[in-house]
Amino acid sequence: MTVSGDITVKGKPLIELVGVSRTFKTPGGVIKAVDSVSLALGQSEAMCLVGESGCGKTTTGRLLAGLLRPSSGQLLFEGKDVWTTKGEELARFRRSVQLVHQDPYASLNPIRTVYQTLSAPLFRHKRARDRRGAVAAVTDLLQRVGLTPPADFLVKYPHQLSGGQRQRVSIARALSVDPRVIVADEAVSMVDVSIRISLLNLLLALRDEFRVTIVLITHDLAVARYFARKGRIGVMYLGRVVELAGSEPVVGDPAHPYSAALVAAIPEADPTLTRSKERVELRSAEVPSLLRLPSGCTFHPRCPLFEEGLCDVKEPELLPLPGSREVACHVAVRERAPAAELLAVR
Amino acid sequence: MPSTKAGAVPERLEADQVLSVRGLSISYATRRGAVQAVRDVSFDLRRGETLAIIGESGSGKTTLAVSLIRLSPRTARITKGRILYRKDDDTIDVASLPDDDLREFRWSECAMVFQAALNSFNPVISIWEQFLDTAQAHGMKNAQEVRARSGELLRLVNLDPERVLRAYPHELSGGMKQRVLIAMSLLLKPSIIILDEPTTALDILTQRAIIDLLRKLREQLGFSMIFISHDLSLAAELADRVLTMYAGTVVERASVKDLFYRPRHPYSMGLLRAVPRVSGALGSVVSIAGSPPDLIDLPEGCTYNPRCPFVIDECRVREPELLPVDTPQHDARCIRWKHVAELLGKDEAVVSEKMATAT
Repeated sequence: MTVSGDITVKGKPLIELVGVSRTFKTPGGVIKAVDSVSLALGQSEAMCLVGESGCGKTTTGRLLAGLLRPSSGQLLFEGKDVWTTKGEELARFRRSVQLVHQDPYASLNPIRTVYQTLSAPLFRHKRARDRRGAVAAVTDLLQRVGLTPPADFLVKYPHQLSGGQRQRVSIARALSVDPRVIVADEAVSMVDVSIRISLLNLLLALRDEFRVTIVLITHDLAVARYFARKGRIGVMYLGRVVELAGSEPVVGDPAHPYSAALVAAIPEADPTLTRSKERVELRSAEVPSLLRLPSGCTFHPRCPLFEEGLCDVKEPELLPLPGSREVACHVAVRERAPAAELLAVR
Repeated sequence: MPSTKAGAVPERLEADQVLSVRGLSISYATRRGAVQAVRDVSFDLRRGETLAIIGESGSGKTTLAVSLIRLSPRTARITKGRILYRKDDDTIDVASLPDDDLREFRWSECAMVFQAALNSFNPVISIWEQFLDTAQAHGMKNAQEVRARSGELLRLVNLDPERVLRAYPHELSGGMKQRVLIAMSLLLKPSIIILDEPTTALDILTQRAIIDLLRKLREQLGFSMIFISHDLSLAAELADRVLTMYAGTVVERASVKDLFYRPRHPYSMGLLRAVPRVSGALGSVVSIAGSPPDLIDLPEGCTYNPRCPFVIDECRVREPELLPVDTPQHDARCIRWKHVAELLGKDEAVVSEKMATAT
């Protein structure tokens, strides 16, 4: 089911997961890290995937970037099934989709200068033929990510840069091959609060300027709200997307009880507000193991809206609700039903 | 020394004060020179009070916190100042306490909870053995007594003692480990607990549970709490008072409400405006330009001047003192604080324009 494509993506999706699942073998047995996820992203869309550790957001990002092969389902790029392409077509996909990692201290080779790090993909993908061309291209990249004057940074090693500067180098590296899609996995979590926003702004500016599609994976709802303010937020829980909607509906009026619990739990930088926030009491604090997923809706043992005989029996599908929203919850869909039914009839 | 108790000083803290740090400076010896990690830091902590120390990495907050129990690495040296602590009716200076007394002071008077889930546990012994080790190292020799006390504490942090005491660290989730560490810090009934980034690295719902737990424990047990964090929202949740640190020194010291609603130092104000919110209007969110200074080679004058939107020539001449603003309980290290106040009274559009113009 690819409702997301029909509802919010204008025109054809650029990149799309269609009913993708991914399993991993672990010593305890086989786990499904991602379960039947469908996501469609249009050109220059900014989307955030949020959720707690183990929810499958990173795996989803790696599936989108083509770094992991789906166990079932398809990854489509410009409508073509990526895992059946090869040769130049596959190489083009590889160039088109780039990943920015979480830890700028680990993702840059410590014994390479900024120039070496950034010129390598240029030579690899034949975008530079000689040193002069590479220096010009790297200079241009550094300028684009706000590391100026570029000459100061060319010869620096990662340890001579701050966390924020390193992350800018990682972004520049991703940009070096003119990607159409960037998957940024917790790209701002490890930099200081005072400069996080400037990195998010940089990504958003790149999106506006080069029409790149950006998927930001984060555990921080405030960051997600800021980044996806013109895009969508997908909330994940135990391998599934449980809510997918514009950022304001998700944080301002969450429909899925899990999204609501996250929004209510988040502390805010405002003493009066944060101390008087209304809580969502969960029935259990325990996150089920992926090895022993609960029946029906996997959130049911914790869910405040739990209805016996329904939620523990039937798996909820991600269904459309009014306001370009999709929710996987029997109760939420029913409660917001009148309009939803109309929508279905139409 | 004529004094009867080692480390006792003639100066006395008032009855409701548990800790008073006065003019503390700490530097690290490095190959490049002395890193002035903490410079002239002063603050008081009252009984039952919660103090948040906020600042970015490299602001000196962790150095300051570990120095309070003298756990700093060997390369660190207290170059100036005192750490006065009130024990029963005596006042002792932790900065000059001999090693033996220091050990007793740690944990039994002042316990520290290090950053969650990281390296705080010995991975090859059970949680019970960790409790026992800690207790025995501090003179609680009776295993049965330790067993009873740890059971009680684990229940207090909402864990099942039967299950947890038998477990090894890797069998516990991040949130559970953090609860165990908090329980363990309470083992010897300390009057102060220092927490280093107590909720970083934890998931949202776990973070919420830890915050609520700390609030409950503080009410039930009445200890004082110092926590250091880069997370402003945590300070908003738990703190009575807040210290903002920048480049090793305190740039603002205020009640939580003053700091969040009436910041007077441009750095505090900048931090507050750099954090996006989940509730209410998204507003304008702006990063602080530039990066923190090199602690070996600090800028002339106010250390924040290269990043400050309020800078004038005078700011580059002399480092300002930490002086009262608005009220005697609110201090800021800024000669331009009135301009900060004035700007905050203006339209949002004017404020964001000004904050975005830093060089």
